[in-house]
Amino acid sequence: MRPDLDRAKLFTRRAVVVGAAQLAAFGALVVRLWQLQVRDGARYAELARDNRVAIRFLAPPRGRIFDRRGRPLAVNVPTYRVRLVRERAPDLDTTLARLARILPLPPRRLAEVRRQALARRPFVPVTIRDDLSWEELARIAVHLPELPGLLLESALLRDYPHGPVLAHILGYVGPVAKEDLRRDPDPLLRLPEFRIGKTGLERTYDRRLRGRAGRVEVEVNAVGREIRAISRDEGEAGEDLEISLDLELQRFCFDRLARERAAAAVVLDAVTGAVLASASIPGYDPRPFTNGIDARTWRQLVGNPLHPLVDKCIQGQYPPGSTFKMVTAIAALEAGLVSPGYEVFCPGYLDLGNTRFHCWKRGGHGRIALVQALAQSCDVYFYDLARRVGIDALAATARRFGIGERFGVDLPGERSGLMPTRAWKRRRFGRPWQKGETLIAGIGQGFVLATPLQLAVMTARLCNGGRAVRPWFVRDRFPEAADPTGRSWPSLELPRAGLEAVLRGMYETVNGRLGTARASRLDLPGIAMAGKTGTSQVRRITRKERLTGAYREEKPWEERDHALFVCYAPFEAPRYVVAVVVEHGGSGARTAAPIARDIMRRTLEIDPAETGVLTAALARGKDRG
Amino acid sequence: MTPHARIRPLRLDLGEKLRALNWALVLLVPILGLVGYLVLYSAAGGAHAPWAWRHAVRLAVGTLVMLAVALTDVRLVYRFAYPVFALCLLALMAVDIAGTLSKGAQRWLDLGPVRLQPSEVTKVALVLALARYFHGLRIEEVGRPSALLAPLGMIGLPAVLVLGQPDLGTAVMLVAVGGTVLFLAGVRIWKFLLAGAAVAAALPVIWANLRDYQRERVLTFLDPERDPLGAGYHILQSYIALGSGGVWGRGLLGGTQAQLDFLPEKQTDFAFALLAEETGFVGAVLLLSLYATMVFIAFAVALRCEHHFGRLLAAGLAVNLALYVTINVGMVAGLLPVVGVPLPFVSYGGTAMFASLLGLGLVLCVDVHRRVPLPRHPGDPPA
Repeated sequence: MRPDLDRAKLFTRRAVVVGAAQLAAFGALVVRLWQLQVRDGARYAELARDNRVAIRFLAPPRGRIFDRRGRPLAVNVPTYRVRLVRERAPDLDTTLARLARILPLPPRRLAEVRRQALARRPFVPVTIRDDLSWEELARIAVHLPELPGLLLESALLRDYPHGPVLAHILGYVGPVAKEDLRRDPDPLLRLPEFRIGKTGLERTYDRRLRGRAGRVEVEVNAVGREIRAISRDEGEAGEDLEISLDLELQRFCFDRLARERAAAAVVLDAVTGAVLASASIPGYDPRPFTNGIDARTWRQLVGNPLHPLVDKCIQGQYPPGSTFKMVTAIAALEAGLVSPGYEVFCPGYLDLGNTRFHCWKRGGHGRIALVQALAQSCDVYFYDLARRVGIDALAATARRFGIGERFGVDLPGERSGLMPTRAWKRRRFGRPWQKGETLIAGIGQGFVLATPLQLAVMTARLCNGGRAVRPWFVRDRFPEAADPTGRSWPSLELPRAGLEAVLRGMYETVNGRLGTARASRLDLPGIAMAGKTGTSQVRRITRKERLTGAYREEKPWEERDHALFVCYAPFEAPRYVVAVVVEHGGSGARTAAPIARDIMRRTLEIDPAETGVLTAALARGKDRG
Repeated sequence: MTPHARIRPLRLDLGEKLRALNWALVLLVPILGLVGYLVLYSAAGGAHAPWAWRHAVRLAVGTLVMLAVALTDVRLVYRFAYPVFALCLLALMAVDIAGTLSKGAQRWLDLGPVRLQPSEVTKVALVLALARYFHGLRIEEVGRPSALLAPLGMIGLPAVLVLGQPDLGTAVMLVAVGGTVLFLAGVRIWKFLLAGAAVAAALPVIWANLRDYQRERVLTFLDPERDPLGAGYHILQSYIALGSGGVWGRGLLGGTQAQLDFLPEKQTDFAFALLAEETGFVGAVLLLSLYATMVFIAFAVALRCEHHFGRLLAAGLAVNLALYVTINVGMVAGLLPVVGVPLPFVSYGGTAMFASLLGLGLVLCVDVHRRVPLPRHPGDPPA
């Protein structure tokens, strides 16, 4: 047993060394404590008593948002609030009871404040009420000496003076959520009163609008009361944003659409891609969100079947219907399969195998070529083109016009729509593509889905000579947007003669003798508009309904067709694009076209791009007169 | 001297165990726990919620666990030393993986209602595994370099895992505690000097791999005035708290540094600063002497133990406890960088408390079973 004895002896020796080292370490700690507490104690006691530096972060004012002419859209308004510091109220209940006498406060709120005040850390104020009126502020200020513990403070509150008109675009700010804190280390987010962009442009450009946190070092006395600020770093105010919208036009669109139940309209500058107006009906009021919306209002908004919180311009996906026919035409012309003079005989239907595909016009259009096929929206003509092109080539062309693509517009939640292909269908349903589905896609029905913004971009890319503009609200979103001539956008290399025929077809749609939108001609002298109607089925027409003609009768709202219209003007020098979708509006020509016409007229009058086209036309008219 | 001069009982009954229990050591636990209760009561501004009462409950439950461990047969402890250590390593890896998945620093293992911090328990398990290893080694074998590979791995693996969390304080403690056990087991001094030189050479590499905030802490330690309102702020406020406590302190709940929130983390890592502010030099030194008593009782247990496993285990755990206190107080008093090591039995935190009590339970267990024969290898005649 010698080995164990040996190692026990060695252990004892070394344990004494370790023990001595520990004793020395403890001794060093005691010496250090003696230095700090006994020798220098007086000095530190003085530091503790007199020189207490506390750091408070300051929220910088959030950047404002203006429209293209500098009109304020999102601003900060000073607001007054009353807060409570428990430690300064000798008798919490008396203070609260007195306050309740001069400021109407529900008993539930009082109990809540009381609970918060007791639960919070010392000297952290509890907000009793935000947004005091001038009168309330004055009343509390007068009684402040009898209300120990209360604090009146001013702060900047985000305000959206135009409410629902711009709610979908601007979005709103709201209290910081836990996920935000995890993602973002900015100390600003830890301020209890800080508000972060939750949706819309407020969210996309939150970092720019937010600014940099300021910092004050304040001296605090022995009971925690702030004596004076030692140094103050104001931080940097958030950056102001100027966006592409025209407030007046936006309001007009919103009001014009408001006669419908659910609708969307987009006005685009076809040359630059600037979004001039983007309205979605119904809207909602963003203001209650700023302080955290109450559960009941929230449930009402979410539960509303018309989806007021959804921006239908970028999130509403609709079958584009006949507004898609331009794309089918371009696809066929591009592939060199047909020329603009190509004629089809329309007997009112087209048979494929043993399925019959109907034209909207029962008796058929007879012999018809491209321009009139567009103007009169002959379905058979485009069934024929689509069948020749095939779905994959059709999809490739559609994607270049933006159908099924996200543009990267500066709003969160942009949807992509849908442009089907063979591969997509196999992936999605595990079944092969049917030839008949190509025909249906050729008239913008079936699987095809597009957002109103995509329809506007599609029209812009047609009428601006085939340049792939992308939509934006803030100019530096895309490098190409900085070019006012629009020539920086890449060209789609469209066939010139074919494109001209398609645009002629859109002209005839609005201005031709047989055009489907003839009733919605522009009544401005010397300026013509071109466009295309679309009526997209929500529900397939059954054979029985077709035979009895029942599909023409009044249907319940949810089953009525969506009404669509896309247009641009002036025809000779295209600049403005309007796309309108009225959910369950019945008919593109009857419902959507007049709205789009009114919006287009107003756009030309306001002339946000300053083309001077209307003044010139009026002057020409006078000369002649 | 004959090997079996005394009759050694192979099995003790409960009464014998309870009589053999080191009651002085047991009694120190509620005394330190009470100090912790008062500190946490004060940290909450004079309230039992949210920390103090939970602390008390944990202490009560933990004490029962400690006593249960103390009465467990040391041979059982010996047998399960490696499995327990392996379990700890697995838990550490799980934390690292969870941390990678959530893309952030993570030291917790979320087990539904309980959040476990495996790095705390690992320190105890490391001592356990090392004691088990060296128990089975003859003194000549300890001298062989190859015999050091396994214990170096036992220390290095958890240290690297913990560093990845990243938790510098725990990594340093693991290395320090493990190194001390190696020293006690008889590893030659020149080998430690060699290791020290290697570490010195590796310092630049370690520095390059530290996270920004860790570097900031080291720099701040070296010069607290560097950024008095940034990272140095905590240290400075801690100084002021200690200093303003003076000789007798400012009274419970009377410390403005703590009560007005100038003191950071006052319920966890800076709890000692609160105590020193409110009870002064006298209170601080009294608390230190309580810890010192605890450490030296554990050392005495090691010295009178008759098997090597118990000696190394008790001494290693004593060092572990002493390191906790030294690092924490040294950090609060500005002798060491801020590394986030809690003060045993006082700082708020469930796993640290549980680990401390587990360690103490093992020391008690060694003491109860100090004469129980432990074979060097399974099957060997009792040593």
